[in-house]
Amino acid sequence: MTSLTNSLPVGAEAQGFAHAPSIVGGDVPDYFALLKPRVMVLVIFTALVGMVVSHGHVNPAIGAISLLMIAVGAGASGCLNMWWDADIDAVMTRTAKRPIPDGRIQPGEALAFGLTLSVGSVLILGLAANWLAAGLLAFTIVFYAVIYSMWLKRATPQNIVIGGAAGALPPVIGQAVVSGTVGIESIVLFLIIFIWTPPHFWALALVKAGEYAKAGIPMMPNVAGPQSTRRQIVYYTLLLAPLGLAPVFLGFGGLLYAIVGALGGLGMLAFSVQVFRHRAGEAEKRAAMGMFAFSILYLFLLFSALLAEQGLGLFRPVTFA
Amino acid sequence: MQDPLPGYRPLTPEEERRRRKRSIAIALALGAMVLIFFVLTIAKLGPQVLNRPL
Repeated sequence: MTSLTNSLPVGAEAQGFAHAPSIVGGDVPDYFALLKPRVMVLVIFTALVGMVVSHGHVNPAIGAISLLMIAVGAGASGCLNMWWDADIDAVMTRTAKRPIPDGRIQPGEALAFGLTLSVGSVLILGLAANWLAAGLLAFTIVFYAVIYSMWLKRATPQNIVIGGAAGALPPVIGQAVVSGTVGIESIVLFLIIFIWTPPHFWALALVKAGEYAKAGIPMMPNVAGPQSTRRQIVYYTLLLAPLGLAPVFLGFGGLLYAIVGALGGLGMLAFSVQVFRHRAGEAEKRAAMGMFAFSILYLFLLFSALLAEQGLGLFRPVTFA
Repeated sequence: MQDPLPGYRPLTPEEERRRRKRSIAIALALGAMVLIFFVLTIAKLGPQVLNRPL
């Protein structure tokens, strides 16, 4: 007796980029890794803050399902990014072990997975919340997967500056879910993440410049040089520090946020000066990685403060005489 | 065990294990979708949606 259910065409072996195993079909954790779970956690967090700073009420079940769909949509765009960038991921040590370059998942499987989740997440978000939120999620996915991954990333050193818009949109989607519109609160949060992105990524790019050069990605240190990159890190941080305090002046950031924003902004400036001053050897690497790590903490603390104030009732208004 | 057709090879034990795990994951995802649509219906229309003449 013959069977097709437990067999594969001879020659249908995995076609990875590096040392592909001969096993066909990915394992479940490999599919999960395609969604960039750590990015998904950040997206859930920032979208949740966008929801709590909004003036409005949303049914908790609808809010939770909307958050899940925003996270799935972000994961889908990450999956499409990994599908498109598998060739350069294979070259860089930081990304060579990702499922596609490592041969654990076929590119076609990742493409189908990413597209299915993209369409599904947008449709369910539209049905659950509203079509403005769904449209913004669709725009985010297209912006990250097409505009950033397929075009900007390999074309210009401004790649992560413009592409940063995709990572900055979740709070805007969160506000659209709750209020059905986009307000000044989420626009300010968008701008904070948008301006935070270049110094954050360029600090890492200073350390990984060799890897990016090997992969042919025109990151700022490879194109404009490390000195120009350090200067731009300082400029962006000079913009970011006061911008981080904008929620206080607009009235949706309270005393706790003001303290966190002021101290965090000073910390960011201090780290950017360290990056500017240390230009060689181990000190350069330590300063850049310090900036990279602190920038993550800074953004996390800013959004945590807003979440605590608006979500846990810790809001104490700051009065200006 | 069934023989594969000419031009086909049998799945390895590892491939069978992965396929079983993928099938379970797909089943769970479909179940979650059903649950999401049920909860959405109740949340948007209210519990009265269940109170109707048969």
